[in-house]
Amino acid sequence: MNVEFMNPFLTATINVLKTMCFTDVTAGKPYIKKDKISCGDVSGVVGITGPPNGSMSLTFNKDCIIQIVSNMLGESFKDINDDIKDAVGELSNMISGTARNDLGNNGYSFKTSIPTVVSGPKHEIRHMCKAPTIAIPFTTSGGSFVVEISFEG
Amino acid sequence: MKPEINMNMKVLVVDDFATMRKIVRNILKQIGFTNIVEADDGANALQIIKEDKIDFVVTDWNMPNMTGLDLLKNIRATEKAKDTPVLMVTAEGLADNVVDAVKAGVDNYVVKPFTAETVQAKIEQIFAKRAGKA
Repeated sequence: MNVEFMNPFLTATINVLKTMCFTDVTAGKPYIKKDKISCGDVSGVVGITGPPNGSMSLTFNKDCIIQIVSNMLGESFKDINDDIKDAVGELSNMISGTARNDLGNNGYSFKTSIPTVVSGPKHEIRHMCKAPTIAIPFTTSGGSFVVEISFEG
Repeated sequence: MKPEINMNMKVLVVDDFATMRKIVRNILKQIGFTNIVEADDGANALQIIKEDKIDFVVTDWNMPNMTGLDLLKNIRATEKAKDTPVLMVTAEGLADNVVDAVKAGVDNYVVKPFTAETVQAKIEQIFAKRAGKA
């Protein structure tokens, strides 16, 4: 995978969470993720059509996403309900879209799918290609989440 | 007909994600709009526009059934709605996207992520321009 693709997703994540959710996030050290088991309780997955083709996912632990969505909507949530799942879809949409725009300004032409949302303990995330998956861990004051990207080539 | 901003005007918010409809609705309420209705895709929005009197449309671009761009083109092609102000709020931020929307007759354009201040400024620009003040 072209490591040039990683930074737009990292900066898009920080920007979207700051602007839309009033949440400061800190990025950890990226790593190669070898299994399909998610690192949290709810995930949004977006397919990306290039070339190269790929996909992105966001996986949040419960406390983290509840705080993020509570900040974003100005409402209090206690569990991962339909509102939280919908918000995970919209966050996936905004982060992938922002990264896609950034890459588009650097000569890449990508289209992104409408996000799908998966939840539950140890749910699986299936990326669209067989290339290694790069995981970028993030922390917030409410907990942790992971952005995964995988591109062919 | 040059629509002027009026907090009682009927505003249609179109987005396939309830979260984004809620965020936009909250911002519109903060600005002072009191009459807000919602649709979850372009096709449903167009039906509402044809059946009801909508004064202002705030729409996403990427939606199932009918995109925001196609909704905009349909609004401009519908006699009773062709002059309705349309603000597009979208993750499609490339210059080509903006050009396509302008060609189709969008009044203003906000790229996600956005602040409430940005949305308010874009709305004020729309109605100032429509009223011939900008």
